Amino acid sequence: MADLRELYQEVILEHSKTPRNFKQPAAVNRSAEGYNPLCGDHFTVYLDMEGDAIRDIGFKGSGCAISKASASMMTQIVKGKSKQEASALFEKFHKLVTGTDGKESDLGKLAVFSGVSEFPTRVKCATLAWHTLQAALAGQHDAVSTE
Amino acid sequence: MSAVTDTLHETRDRRPETAGFDVNEVRKDFPILSRTVHGKKLVYLDNAATSQKPRAVINAMSGYYEGENSNIHRGVHFLSGLATEGHDHARAVVQKFVNAADAREIVFTRGTTEGINLVAQTYGRANVGAGDEVLITAMEHHSNIVPWQILCEEKGARLQVAPINDRGELLLDEFETLLSPRTKIVAVAHVSNALGTINPISAIVEMAHRRNIPVLVDGAQAVPHLRVDVQALDCDFYTFSSHKMYGPMGIGVLYGKAALLEAMPPYQGGGDMISSVTFKKTTYNKLPYKFEAGTPDVAGVIGLGAAIEYMNRLGIARIEAHEHELLAYATKTISGIPGVRIIGTAKEKTGALSFVMDDVHPHDIGTILDQQGIAVRTGHHCAQPVMERFGIPATARASFAVYNTKEEIDALAAGIEKVREVFA
Repeated sequence: MADLRELYQEVILEHSKTPRNFKQPAAVNRSAEGYNPLCGDHFTVYLDMEGDAIRDIGFKGSGCAISKASASMMTQIVKGKSKQEASALFEKFHKLVTGTDGKESDLGKLAVFSGVSEFPTRVKCATLAWHTLQAALAGQHDAVSTE
Repeated sequence: MSAVTDTLHETRDRRPETAGFDVNEVRKDFPILSRTVHGKKLVYLDNAATSQKPRAVINAMSGYYEGENSNIHRGVHFLSGLATEGHDHARAVVQKFVNAADAREIVFTRGTTEGINLVAQTYGRANVGAGDEVLITAMEHHSNIVPWQILCEEKGARLQVAPINDRGELLLDEFETLLSPRTKIVAVAHVSNALGTINPISAIVEMAHRRNIPVLVDGAQAVPHLRVDVQALDCDFYTFSSHKMYGPMGIGVLYGKAALLEAMPPYQGGGDMISSVTFKKTTYNKLPYKFEAGTPDVAGVIGLGAAIEYMNRLGIARIEAHEHELLAYATKTISGIPGVRIIGTAKEKTGALSFVMDDVHPHDIGTILDQQGIAVRTGHHCAQPVMERFGIPATARASFAVYNTKEEIDALAAGIEKVREVFA
Protein backbone atom coordinates (compact mmCIF):
# COMPACT_ATOMS: atom_id res chain seq x y z
CA MET A 1 0.00 0.00 0.00
CA ALA A 2 3.04 2.28 -0.31
CA ASP A 3 1.55 3.68 -3.51
CA LEU A 4 -1.66 4.72 -1.78
CA ARG A 5 0.22 6.61 0.90
CA GLU A 6 2.12 8.41 -1.87
CA LEU A 7 -1.21 9.61 -3.23
CA TYR A 8 -3.06 10.19 0.02
CA GLN A 9 -0.35 12.04 1.91
CA GLU A 10 -1.25 13.37 5.35
CA VAL A 11 -1.15 16.96 4.11
CA ILE A 12 -3.59 16.12 1.32
CA LEU A 13 -6.00 14.32 3.66
CA GLU A 14 -5.80 17.18 6.13
CA HIS A 15 -6.58 19.82 3.47
CA SER A 16 -9.46 17.73 2.11
CA LYS A 17 -11.00 17.52 5.58
CA THR A 18 -10.48 21.19 6.45
CA PRO A 19 -10.04 23.06 3.20
CA ARG A 20 -8.59 26.58 3.41
CA ASN A 21 -10.27 29.58 1.77
CA PHE A 22 -13.38 27.43 1.40
CA LYS A 23 -15.70 30.41 1.02
CA GLN A 24 -16.69 33.21 -1.24
CA PRO A 25 -14.49 36.24 -0.39
CA ALA A 26 -16.25 39.45 0.64
CA ALA A 27 -15.32 41.19 -2.61
CA VAL A 28 -15.35 39.19 -5.83
CA ASN A 29 -14.76 40.60 -9.28
CA ARG A 30 -14.12 37.37 -11.18
CA SER A 31 -15.23 33.79 -10.82
CA ALA A 32 -15.45 30.60 -12.82
CA GLU A 33 -17.06 27.20 -12.49
CA GLY A 34 -15.34 23.93 -13.20
CA TYR A 35 -16.67 20.40 -13.23
CA ASN A 36 -15.67 16.88 -14.05
CA PRO A 37 -18.71 15.24 -15.62
CA LEU A 38 -17.25 11.77 -15.12
CA CYS A 39 -17.11 11.87 -11.33
CA GLY A 40 -19.32 14.82 -10.48
CA ASP A 41 -16.58 17.03 -8.97
CA HIS A 42 -17.81 20.59 -9.10
CA PHE A 43 -16.07 23.76 -7.89
CA THR A 44 -16.41 27.50 -8.22
CA VAL A 45 -13.28 29.63 -7.85
CA TYR A 46 -13.77 33.25 -6.74
CA LEU A 47 -11.22 36.00 -7.27
CA ASP A 48 -10.77 39.48 -5.95
CA MET A 49 -8.33 40.98 -8.45
CA GLU A 50 -6.46 44.20 -8.12
CA GLY A 51 -5.14 44.80 -11.61
CA ASP A 52 -3.20 41.67 -12.43
CA ALA A 53 -2.72 40.69 -8.80
CA ILE A 54 -4.79 38.13 -6.91
CA ARG A 55 -5.75 40.08 -3.80
CA ASP A 56 -8.05 37.38 -2.46
CA ILE A 57 -9.23 33.96 -3.57
CA GLY A 58 -11.75 31.42 -2.35
CA PHE A 59 -13.55 28.35 -3.61
CA LYS A 60 -16.72 26.38 -2.98
CA GLY A 61 -18.14 23.11 -4.21
CA SER A 62 -17.72 19.39 -3.76
CA GLY A 63 -15.31 16.78 -4.94
CA CYS A 64 -12.94 13.99 -4.00
CA ALA A 65 -10.08 14.35 -1.54
CA ILE A 66 -7.53 15.02 -4.27
CA SER A 67 -9.54 17.72 -6.02
CA LYS A 68 -10.52 19.44 -2.78
CA ALA A 69 -7.02 19.39 -1.29
CA SER A 70 -5.58 20.63 -4.56
CA ALA A 71 -8.06 23.51 -4.65
CA SER A 72 -7.34 24.36 -1.01
CA MET A 73 -3.56 24.41 -1.43
CA MET A 74 -3.83 26.26 -4.73
CA THR A 75 -5.72 29.12 -3.07
CA GLN A 76 -3.02 29.37 -0.41
CA ILE A 77 -0.14 29.49 -2.85
CA VAL A 78 -1.57 31.88 -5.45
CA LYS A 79 -2.95 34.45 -3.02
CA GLY A 80 -0.96 37.64 -3.52
CA LYS A 81 0.60 36.40 -6.76
CA SER A 82 0.18 37.93 -10.20
CA LYS A 83 -1.84 36.37 -12.97
CA GLN A 84 1.40 35.46 -14.79
CA GLU A 85 2.95 33.90 -11.68
CA ALA A 86 -0.18 31.82 -11.11
CA SER A 87 -0.13 30.59 -14.70
CA ALA A 88 3.53 29.68 -14.45
CA LEU A 89 2.81 27.73 -11.24
CA PHE A 90 0.01 25.83 -12.94
CA GLU A 91 2.35 24.87 -15.75
CA LYS A 92 4.85 23.45 -13.26
CA PHE A 93 2.11 21.77 -11.23
CA HIS A 94 0.70 20.16 -14.37
CA LYS A 95 4.12 18.76 -15.21
CA LEU A 96 4.45 17.44 -11.66
CA VAL A 97 1.12 15.57 -11.60
CA THR A 98 1.50 14.19 -15.12
CA GLY A 99 5.04 13.04 -14.36
CA THR A 100 6.52 14.95 -17.29
CA ASP A 101 9.01 16.83 -15.14
CA GLY A 102 11.05 15.17 -12.41
CA LYS A 103 11.80 18.40 -10.57
CA GLU A 104 9.65 19.40 -7.65
CA SER A 105 11.50 22.65 -7.11
CA ASP A 106 9.66 25.96 -6.87
CA LEU A 107 6.40 24.25 -6.02
CA GLY A 108 6.90 24.28 -2.27
CA LYS A 109 4.12 22.47 -0.44
CA LEU A 110 2.49 21.50 -3.74
CA ALA A 111 5.21 18.87 -4.15
CA VAL A 112 2.97 16.54 -2.06
CA PHE A 113 0.95 15.99 -5.24
CA SER A 114 3.82 14.22 -7.00
CA GLY A 115 2.17 10.87 -6.14
CA VAL A 116 -0.71 11.71 -8.48
CA SER A 117 1.52 10.97 -11.48
CA GLU A 118 1.31 7.27 -10.56
CA PHE A 119 -2.50 7.46 -10.84
CA PRO A 120 -3.28 8.72 -14.35
CA THR A 121 -7.05 8.57 -13.75
CA ARG A 122 -6.66 11.11 -10.93
CA VAL A 123 -4.73 13.81 -12.82
CA LYS A 124 -8.00 15.53 -13.71
CA CYS A 125 -8.94 15.65 -10.03
CA ALA A 126 -5.69 17.38 -9.12
CA THR A 127 -5.91 19.92 -11.94
CA LEU A 128 -9.63 20.77 -11.87
CA ALA A 129 -9.27 23.78 -9.54
CA TRP A 130 -6.28 25.05 -11.50
CA HIS A 131 -8.15 24.89 -14.80
CA THR A 132 -11.00 26.72 -13.13
CA LEU A 133 -8.62 29.37 -11.80
CA GLN A 134 -7.22 29.85 -15.31
CA ALA A 135 -10.75 30.35 -16.64
CA ALA A 136 -11.51 32.89 -13.90
CA LEU A 137 -8.29 34.76 -14.61
CA ALA A 138 -9.14 34.82 -18.31
CA GLY A 139 -12.61 36.14 -17.53
CA GLN A 140 -14.17 33.11 -19.21
CA HIS A 141 -17.88 32.73 -18.64
CA ASP A 142 -18.63 29.16 -19.76
CA ALA A 143 -18.09 26.47 -17.15
CA VAL A 144 -14.82 24.58 -17.50
CA SER A 145 -15.13 20.87 -18.10
CA THR A 146 -12.39 18.26 -17.79
CA GLU A 147 -13.89 16.37 -20.71
CA MET B 1 -26.52 -26.03 -40.39
CA SER B 2 -23.32 -26.97 -42.17
CA ALA B 3 -20.70 -29.40 -40.91
CA VAL B 4 -18.23 -26.57 -40.41
CA THR B 5 -20.48 -24.61 -38.07
CA ASP B 6 -21.56 -27.77 -36.28
CA THR B 7 -17.95 -28.51 -35.41
CA LEU B 8 -17.44 -24.96 -34.28
CA HIS B 9 -20.49 -25.02 -32.06
CA GLU B 10 -19.37 -28.29 -30.53
CA THR B 11 -15.95 -27.01 -29.61
CA ARG B 12 -17.34 -23.80 -28.18
CA ASP B 13 -18.29 -25.36 -24.88
CA ARG B 14 -18.07 -28.93 -23.83
CA ARG B 15 -19.88 -28.80 -20.51
CA PRO B 16 -23.04 -30.89 -20.65
CA GLU B 17 -26.27 -28.97 -20.09
CA THR B 18 -27.08 -31.11 -17.10
CA ALA B 19 -23.95 -30.09 -15.17
CA GLY B 20 -24.59 -28.54 -11.77
CA PHE B 21 -23.74 -24.94 -10.93
CA ASP B 22 -20.24 -24.58 -9.57
CA VAL B 23 -19.05 -20.99 -9.53
CA ASN B 24 -15.40 -22.05 -9.61
CA GLU B 25 -16.06 -24.02 -12.78
CA VAL B 26 -17.92 -21.04 -14.24
CA ARG B 27 -14.93 -18.78 -13.47
CA LYS B 28 -12.72 -21.01 -15.62
CA ASP B 29 -14.86 -20.08 -18.61
CA PHE B 30 -13.73 -16.43 -18.35
CA PRO B 31 -10.06 -16.04 -19.31
CA ILE B 32 -9.76 -12.48 -17.95
CA LEU B 33 -10.67 -13.54 -14.40
CA SER B 34 -7.28 -15.20 -13.94
CA ARG B 35 -5.35 -11.97 -14.46
CA THR B 36 -3.96 -9.75 -11.74
CA VAL B 37 -4.34 -5.99 -11.25
CA HIS B 38 -1.63 -4.04 -9.38
CA GLY B 39 -0.20 -7.42 -8.38
CA LYS B 40 -3.50 -8.49 -6.77
CA LYS B 41 -6.07 -11.00 -7.89
CA LEU B 42 -8.69 -9.25 -10.01
CA VAL B 43 -12.02 -8.83 -8.23
CA TYR B 44 -14.30 -7.63 -10.99
CA LEU B 45 -17.42 -5.97 -9.56
CA ASP B 46 -18.23 -3.58 -12.40
CA ASN B 47 -20.59 -5.86 -14.29
CA ALA B 48 -23.37 -3.30 -14.67
CA ALA B 49 -20.92 -1.29 -16.80
CA THR B 50 -19.94 -4.33 -18.81
CA SER B 51 -19.61 -8.02 -18.05
CA GLN B 52 -16.60 -10.15 -18.91
CA LYS B 53 -16.77 -12.56 -21.83
CA PRO B 54 -16.60 -16.35 -21.65
CA ARG B 55 -14.30 -18.31 -23.93
CA ALA B 56 -17.41 -19.62 -25.76
CA VAL B 57 -18.16 -16.06 -26.97
CA ILE B 58 -14.55 -15.21 -27.81
CA ASN B 59 -14.18 -18.49 -29.75
CA ALA B 60 -17.47 -18.04 -31.60
CA MET B 61 -16.31 -14.64 -32.82
CA SER B 62 -12.79 -15.63 -33.75
CA GLY B 63 -14.20 -18.82 -35.30
CA TYR B 64 -16.43 -16.67 -37.47
CA TYR B 65 -13.55 -14.48 -38.61
CA GLU B 66 -11.21 -17.42 -39.11
CA GLY B 67 -13.57 -19.74 -40.92
CA GLU B 68 -16.79 -18.06 -42.04
CA ASN B 69 -16.23 -14.33 -42.63
CA SER B 70 -18.29 -13.01 -45.50
CA ASN B 71 -21.06 -10.51 -46.09
CA ILE B 72 -24.60 -11.70 -45.48
CA HIS B 73 -27.67 -11.64 -47.75
CA ARG B 74 -25.42 -10.90 -50.71
CA GLY B 75 -23.62 -13.59 -52.58
CA VAL B 76 -24.50 -16.99 -53.88
CA HIS B 77 -21.13 -18.24 -52.70
CA PHE B 78 -20.59 -20.75 -49.92
CA LEU B 79 -19.16 -18.41 -47.26
CA SER B 80 -21.91 -15.84 -47.71
CA GLY B 81 -24.42 -18.60 -47.09
CA LEU B 82 -22.56 -19.67 -43.98
CA ALA B 83 -22.38 -16.15 -42.56
CA THR B 84 -26.08 -15.59 -43.31
CA GLU B 85 -26.94 -18.84 -41.57
CA GLY B 86 -24.90 -17.91 -38.48
CA HIS B 87 -26.54 -14.47 -38.37
CA ASP B 88 -30.07 -15.90 -38.77
CA HIS B 89 -29.39 -18.58 -36.19
CA ALA B 90 -28.42 -15.94 -33.63
CA ARG B 91 -31.65 -14.04 -34.30
CA ALA B 92 -33.62 -17.18 -33.60
CA VAL B 93 -31.63 -17.69 -30.38
CA VAL B 94 -32.47 -14.14 -29.26
CA GLN B 95 -36.13 -14.59 -30.17
CA LYS B 96 -36.39 -17.71 -28.06
CA PHE B 97 -34.40 -16.15 -25.21
CA VAL B 98 -36.89 -13.27 -24.72
CA ASN B 99 -39.83 -15.35 -25.99
CA ALA B 100 -40.77 -13.04 -28.85
CA ALA B 101 -43.64 -14.35 -30.99
CA ASP B 102 -41.67 -13.99 -34.22
CA ALA B 103 -38.03 -13.58 -35.29
CA ARG B 104 -39.18 -10.59 -37.38
CA GLU B 105 -39.67 -8.72 -34.11
CA ILE B 106 -35.95 -8.91 -33.24
CA VAL B 107 -34.01 -5.94 -34.64
CA PHE B 108 -30.25 -5.85 -34.15
CA THR B 109 -28.86 -2.49 -33.02
CA ARG B 110 -25.57 -1.24 -31.64
CA GLY B 111 -26.94 -1.41 -28.11
CA THR B 112 -29.71 -0.31 -25.78
CA THR B 113 -29.04 3.36 -26.48
CA GLU B 114 -29.52 2.89 -30.20
CA GLY B 115 -32.70 0.89 -29.58
CA ILE B 116 -34.22 3.77 -27.61
CA ASN B 117 -33.10 6.35 -30.17
CA LEU B 118 -34.57 4.21 -32.94
CA VAL B 119 -38.00 4.17 -31.30
CA ALA B 120 -37.84 7.89 -30.40
CA GLN B 121 -36.87 8.83 -33.95
CA THR B 122 -39.34 6.58 -35.77
CA TYR B 123 -42.37 5.76 -33.62
CA GLY B 124 -41.83 8.96 -31.64
CA ARG B 125 -41.52 11.34 -34.58
CA ALA B 126 -44.53 9.77 -36.27
CA ASN B 127 -46.79 9.79 -33.21
CA VAL B 128 -45.71 12.54 -30.79
CA GLY B 129 -46.85 16.05 -31.63
CA ALA B 130 -47.01 19.53 -30.12
CA GLY B 131 -48.49 19.49 -26.63
CA ASP B 132 -48.16 15.70 -26.31
CA GLU B 133 -46.33 14.00 -23.48
CA VAL B 134 -43.69 11.32 -23.05
CA LEU B 135 -43.63 9.68 -19.61
CA ILE B 136 -40.43 8.33 -18.05
CA THR B 137 -39.37 7.75 -14.42
CA ALA B 138 -36.94 9.50 -12.08
CA MET B 139 -34.58 6.51 -12.09
CA GLU B 140 -33.75 6.43 -15.80
CA HIS B 141 -30.26 6.20 -17.27
CA HIS B 142 -29.35 9.21 -19.43
CA SER B 143 -29.95 7.02 -22.49
CA ASN B 144 -33.63 6.78 -21.59
CA ILE B 145 -33.91 10.52 -20.94
CA VAL B 146 -31.98 12.36 -23.63
CA PRO B 147 -33.49 10.69 -26.76
CA TRP B 148 -36.93 11.72 -25.46
CA GLN B 149 -35.75 15.24 -24.66
CA ILE B 150 -34.49 15.58 -28.24
CA LEU B 151 -37.85 14.35 -29.54
CA CYS B 152 -39.84 16.62 -27.22
CA GLU B 153 -37.78 19.64 -28.17
CA GLU B 154 -38.27 18.96 -31.86
CA LYS B 155 -42.01 18.41 -31.52
CA GLY B 156 -42.88 20.89 -28.79
CA ALA B 157 -43.92 17.98 -26.57
CA ARG B 158 -43.41 17.64 -22.81
CA LEU B 159 -41.28 15.13 -20.91
CA GLN B 160 -43.05 13.98 -17.76
CA VAL B 161 -41.18 12.24 -14.96
CA ALA B 162 -42.79 9.83 -12.48
CA PRO B 163 -41.21 10.19 -9.02
CA ILE B 164 -39.53 7.57 -6.81
CA ASN B 165 -39.44 7.17 -3.04
CA ASP B 166 -36.44 7.23 -0.67
CA ARG B 167 -35.86 3.51 -1.19
CA GLY B 168 -35.59 4.08 -4.92
CA GLU B 169 -38.95 2.55 -5.82
CA LEU B 170 -41.30 3.95 -8.45
CA LEU B 171 -44.42 5.55 -6.96
CA LEU B 172 -47.00 3.66 -8.99
CA ASP B 173 -49.97 5.81 -7.98
CA GLU B 174 -48.13 8.96 -9.04
CA PHE B 175 -47.10 7.21 -12.21
CA GLU B 176 -50.70 6.43 -13.03
CA THR B 177 -51.80 10.01 -12.36
CA LEU B 178 -49.24 11.19 -14.89
CA LEU B 179 -50.74 9.02 -17.65
CA SER B 180 -52.87 11.58 -19.46
CA PRO B 181 -54.79 11.66 -22.75
CA ARG B 182 -51.74 13.49 -24.11
CA THR B 183 -49.28 10.72 -23.17
CA LYS B 184 -48.10 9.12 -26.40
CA ILE B 185 -45.47 6.73 -25.07
CA VAL B 186 -44.08 5.46 -21.75
CA ALA B 187 -40.35 4.62 -21.47
CA VAL B 188 -39.12 2.91 -18.33
CA ALA B 189 -36.12 0.92 -17.10
CA HIS B 190 -36.80 -2.70 -16.17
CA VAL B 191 -33.92 -2.50 -13.67
CA SER B 192 -32.24 0.73 -12.52
CA ASN B 193 -28.51 0.77 -13.27
CA ALA B 194 -27.70 3.09 -10.36
CA LEU B 195 -30.02 1.65 -7.71
CA GLY B 196 -30.67 -1.95 -8.76
CA THR B 197 -34.44 -1.47 -8.37
CA ILE B 198 -36.62 -3.88 -10.36
CA ASN B 199 -39.64 -2.01 -11.72
CA PRO B 200 -43.09 -3.64 -11.81
CA ILE B 201 -43.23 -3.74 -15.60
CA SER B 202 -46.42 -5.77 -15.87
CA ALA B 203 -48.32 -3.29 -13.70
CA ILE B 204 -46.89 -0.34 -15.65
CA VAL B 205 -47.82 -1.92 -18.99
CA GLU B 206 -51.30 -2.74 -17.77
CA MET B 207 -51.90 0.86 -16.64
CA ALA B 208 -50.59 2.28 -19.90
CA HIS B 209 -52.43 -0.17 -22.13
CA ARG B 210 -55.73 0.59 -20.43
CA ARG B 211 -55.24 4.03 -22.01
CA ASN B 212 -53.84 2.64 -25.29
CA ILE B 213 -50.37 4.00 -24.60
CA PRO B 214 -47.43 1.87 -25.78
CA VAL B 215 -44.54 1.08 -23.40
CA LEU B 216 -40.84 0.86 -24.16
CA VAL B 217 -38.73 -1.03 -21.61
CA ASP B 218 -35.00 -0.38 -21.22
CA GLY B 219 -33.86 -3.87 -20.33
CA ALA B 220 -30.08 -3.30 -20.32
CA GLN B 221 -29.73 -4.14 -16.62
CA ALA B 222 -32.46 -6.79 -16.50
CA VAL B 223 -31.64 -9.27 -19.25
CA PRO B 224 -28.31 -10.33 -17.71
CA HIS B 225 -30.00 -11.18 -14.41
CA LEU B 226 -33.65 -12.12 -14.92
CA ARG B 227 -35.77 -14.33 -17.13
CA VAL B 228 -37.41 -11.89 -19.53
CA ASP B 229 -40.55 -12.89 -21.44
CA VAL B 230 -41.68 -10.03 -23.66
CA GLN B 231 -45.04 -11.67 -24.37
CA ALA B 232 -45.78 -12.17 -20.69
CA LEU B 233 -44.74 -8.57 -19.94
CA ASP B 234 -46.84 -7.48 -22.94
CA CYS B 235 -44.55 -4.46 -23.45
CA ASP B 236 -44.47 -2.95 -26.93
CA PHE B 237 -40.71 -2.40 -27.18
CA TYR B 238 -37.92 -4.00 -25.17
CA THR B 239 -34.30 -3.09 -25.75
CA PHE B 240 -31.00 -4.43 -24.37
CA SER B 241 -27.25 -4.67 -24.91
CA SER B 242 -25.11 -7.71 -25.59
CA HIS B 243 -22.04 -6.55 -23.69
CA LYS B 244 -23.75 -6.52 -20.29
CA MET B 245 -24.81 -10.16 -20.73
CA TYR B 246 -21.46 -11.82 -21.53
CA GLY B 247 -21.60 -10.92 -25.23
CA PRO B 248 -19.47 -8.54 -27.28
CA MET B 249 -19.67 -4.75 -27.24
CA GLY B 250 -21.29 -2.84 -30.07
CA ILE B 251 -24.32 -5.06 -30.54
CA GLY B 252 -27.79 -4.97 -29.02
CA VAL B 253 -31.40 -5.86 -29.60
CA LEU B 254 -34.63 -3.99 -30.03
CA TYR B 255 -37.72 -6.13 -29.69
CA GLY B 256 -40.89 -4.56 -31.04
CA LYS B 257 -44.37 -5.91 -31.60
CA ALA B 258 -44.64 -6.69 -35.31
CA ALA B 259 -47.74 -4.54 -35.88
CA LEU B 260 -45.98 -1.48 -34.44
CA LEU B 261 -42.73 -2.10 -36.31
CA GLU B 262 -44.69 -2.56 -39.56
CA ALA B 263 -46.39 0.80 -39.14
CA MET B 264 -43.21 2.67 -38.21
CA PRO B 265 -41.11 4.58 -40.74
CA PRO B 266 -37.54 3.31 -41.20
CA TYR B 267 -34.70 4.62 -39.00
CA GLN B 268 -31.71 4.80 -41.34
CA GLY B 269 -31.64 4.39 -45.09
CA GLY B 270 -29.17 2.23 -46.96
CA GLY B 271 -28.43 -1.26 -48.16
CA ASP B 272 -30.26 -4.27 -46.74
CA MET B 273 -33.26 -2.19 -45.59
CA ILE B 274 -34.74 -1.94 -49.09
CA SER B 275 -36.38 -4.38 -51.43
CA SER B 276 -36.09 -2.19 -54.53
CA VAL B 277 -34.63 1.20 -55.31
CA THR B 278 -35.20 3.55 -58.25
CA PHE B 279 -34.65 7.30 -58.25
CA LYS B 280 -38.41 7.70 -58.30
CA LYS B 281 -39.39 5.28 -55.57
CA THR B 282 -37.85 2.97 -53.01
CA THR B 283 -39.70 0.07 -51.44
CA TYR B 284 -38.55 -0.81 -47.97
CA ASN B 285 -37.62 -4.33 -46.99
CA LYS B 286 -39.76 -6.45 -44.70
CA LEU B 287 -39.15 -6.79 -40.96
CA PRO B 288 -36.69 -6.79 -39.34
CA TYR B 289 -34.43 -5.70 -42.23
CA LYS B 290 -36.31 -2.42 -42.63
CA PHE B 291 -34.52 -1.28 -39.46
CA GLU B 292 -31.12 -2.77 -40.25
CA ALA B 293 -29.54 -0.53 -42.88
CA GLY B 294 -25.99 -1.35 -43.94
CA THR B 295 -23.72 -4.31 -43.37
CA PRO B 296 -24.37 -5.56 -39.86
CA ASP B 297 -21.84 -6.56 -37.22
CA VAL B 298 -22.10 -10.25 -38.09
CA ALA B 299 -19.39 -11.35 -35.66
CA GLY B 300 -21.10 -9.32 -32.94
CA VAL B 301 -24.46 -10.96 -33.63
CA ILE B 302 -22.85 -14.41 -33.60
CA GLY B 303 -21.08 -13.49 -30.35
CA LEU B 304 -24.39 -12.41 -28.80
CA GLY B 305 -25.97 -15.69 -29.88
CA ALA B 306 -23.08 -17.57 -28.27
CA ALA B 307 -23.49 -15.53 -25.07
CA ILE B 308 -27.17 -16.44 -24.84
CA GLU B 309 -26.41 -20.10 -25.53
CA TYR B 310 -23.81 -19.92 -22.75
CA MET B 311 -26.38 -18.40 -20.34
CA ASN B 312 -28.90 -21.05 -21.36
CA ARG B 313 -26.39 -23.80 -20.59
CA LEU B 314 -25.80 -22.35 -17.13
CA GLY B 315 -29.56 -21.90 -16.75
CA ILE B 316 -31.20 -18.52 -16.17
CA ALA B 317 -32.86 -19.76 -13.00
CA ARG B 318 -29.50 -20.82 -11.57
CA ILE B 319 -27.90 -17.50 -12.58
CA GLU B 320 -30.78 -15.66 -10.88
CA ALA B 321 -30.50 -17.72 -7.70
CA HIS B 322 -26.72 -17.30 -7.46
CA GLU B 323 -26.85 -13.55 -8.03
CA HIS B 324 -29.74 -13.15 -5.60
CA GLU B 325 -27.65 -14.80 -2.92
CA LEU B 326 -24.63 -12.62 -3.76
CA LEU B 327 -26.66 -9.40 -3.55
CA ALA B 328 -28.21 -10.41 -0.23
CA TYR B 329 -24.80 -11.33 1.17
CA ALA B 330 -23.21 -8.11 -0.14
CA THR B 331 -26.04 -5.95 1.23
CA LYS B 332 -25.69 -7.52 4.67
CA THR B 333 -21.88 -7.37 4.68
CA ILE B 334 -21.42 -3.87 3.28
CA SER B 335 -24.26 -2.19 5.17
CA GLY B 336 -22.73 -3.50 8.39
CA ILE B 337 -19.56 -1.45 7.92
CA PRO B 338 -19.67 1.74 10.04
CA GLY B 339 -20.01 4.95 8.02
CA VAL B 340 -21.36 3.15 4.94
CA ARG B 341 -24.82 3.92 3.57
CA ILE B 342 -26.56 1.91 0.85
CA ILE B 343 -28.28 4.00 -1.85
CA GLY B 344 -31.22 2.11 -3.30
CA THR B 345 -32.97 -0.14 -0.82
CA ALA B 346 -35.96 -1.25 -2.86
CA LYS B 347 -37.67 -4.50 -1.88
CA GLU B 348 -37.15 -5.87 -5.38
CA LYS B 349 -33.56 -5.51 -6.48
CA THR B 350 -30.99 -7.21 -8.65
CA GLY B 351 -27.44 -6.83 -9.84
CA ALA B 352 -26.13 -3.67 -8.23
CA LEU B 353 -25.24 -2.30 -4.82
CA SER B 354 -24.63 1.46 -4.70
CA PHE B 355 -23.14 2.96 -1.56
CA VAL B 356 -21.60 6.10 -0.12
CA MET B 357 -19.28 6.60 2.84
CA ASP B 358 -19.21 9.39 5.42
CA ASP B 359 -16.59 11.98 4.50
CA VAL B 360 -15.06 9.92 1.68
CA HIS B 361 -15.83 10.76 -1.92
CA PRO B 362 -16.67 7.74 -4.13
CA HIS B 363 -13.78 8.58 -6.42
CA ASP B 364 -11.35 8.06 -3.55
CA ILE B 365 -13.11 4.81 -2.62
CA GLY B 366 -12.66 3.67 -6.24
CA THR B 367 -8.92 4.41 -6.30
CA ILE B 368 -8.22 2.69 -2.98
CA LEU B 369 -10.24 -0.39 -3.99
CA ASP B 370 -8.50 -0.45 -7.36
CA GLN B 371 -5.12 -0.63 -5.65
CA GLN B 372 -6.36 -3.88 -4.11
CA GLY B 373 -7.40 -5.27 -7.47
CA ILE B 374 -11.10 -4.54 -6.91
CA ALA B 375 -12.94 -2.94 -9.84
CA VAL B 376 -16.08 -0.97 -8.95
CA ARG B 377 -17.75 1.92 -10.72
CA THR B 378 -17.69 5.33 -9.09
CA GLY B 379 -19.54 8.39 -10.28
CA HIS B 380 -23.08 9.30 -11.24
CA HIS B 381 -23.57 6.17 -13.38
CA CYS B 382 -25.09 8.21 -16.23
CA ALA B 383 -28.02 8.88 -13.93
CA GLN B 384 -27.44 12.42 -12.66
CA PRO B 385 -31.13 12.98 -11.82
CA VAL B 386 -30.98 9.91 -9.53
CA MET B 387 -27.95 11.36 -7.72
CA GLU B 388 -29.80 14.66 -7.37
CA ARG B 389 -32.85 12.84 -5.99
CA PHE B 390 -30.71 11.38 -3.22
CA GLY B 391 -28.75 14.62 -2.69
CA ILE B 392 -25.36 13.06 -3.43
CA PRO B 393 -22.79 13.86 -6.14
CA ALA B 394 -21.94 10.24 -6.85
CA THR B 395 -21.87 6.71 -5.45
CA ALA B 396 -19.57 3.73 -5.51
CA ARG B 397 -21.31 0.77 -7.11
CA ALA B 398 -20.47 -2.90 -6.86
CA SER B 399 -22.36 -4.93 -9.46
CA PHE B 400 -22.48 -8.66 -9.82
CA ALA B 401 -22.36 -11.39 -12.42
CA VAL B 402 -22.66 -15.14 -12.43
CA TYR B 403 -18.91 -15.63 -11.83
CA ASN B 404 -18.69 -13.53 -8.66
CA THR B 405 -18.20 -15.20 -5.29
CA LYS B 406 -18.83 -14.48 -1.62
CA GLU B 407 -15.04 -14.40 -1.15
CA GLU B 408 -14.96 -11.46 -3.56
CA ILE B 409 -17.57 -9.66 -1.50
CA ASP B 410 -15.43 -10.30 1.58
CA ALA B 411 -12.52 -8.78 -0.36
CA LEU B 412 -14.71 -5.75 -1.12
CA ALA B 413 -15.56 -5.40 2.57
CA ALA B 414 -11.86 -5.61 3.50
CA GLY B 415 -11.17 -3.02 0.80
CA ILE B 416 -13.74 -0.66 2.29
CA GLU B 417 -12.09 -1.13 5.70
CA LYS B 418 -8.85 -0.05 4.03
CA VAL B 419 -10.59 3.09 2.76
CA ARG B 420 -11.67 3.84 6.33
CA GLU B 421 -8.10 3.32 7.49
CA VAL B 422 -6.63 5.72 4.90
CA PHE B 423 -9.21 8.37 5.74
CA ALA B 424 -9.24 7.76 9.50
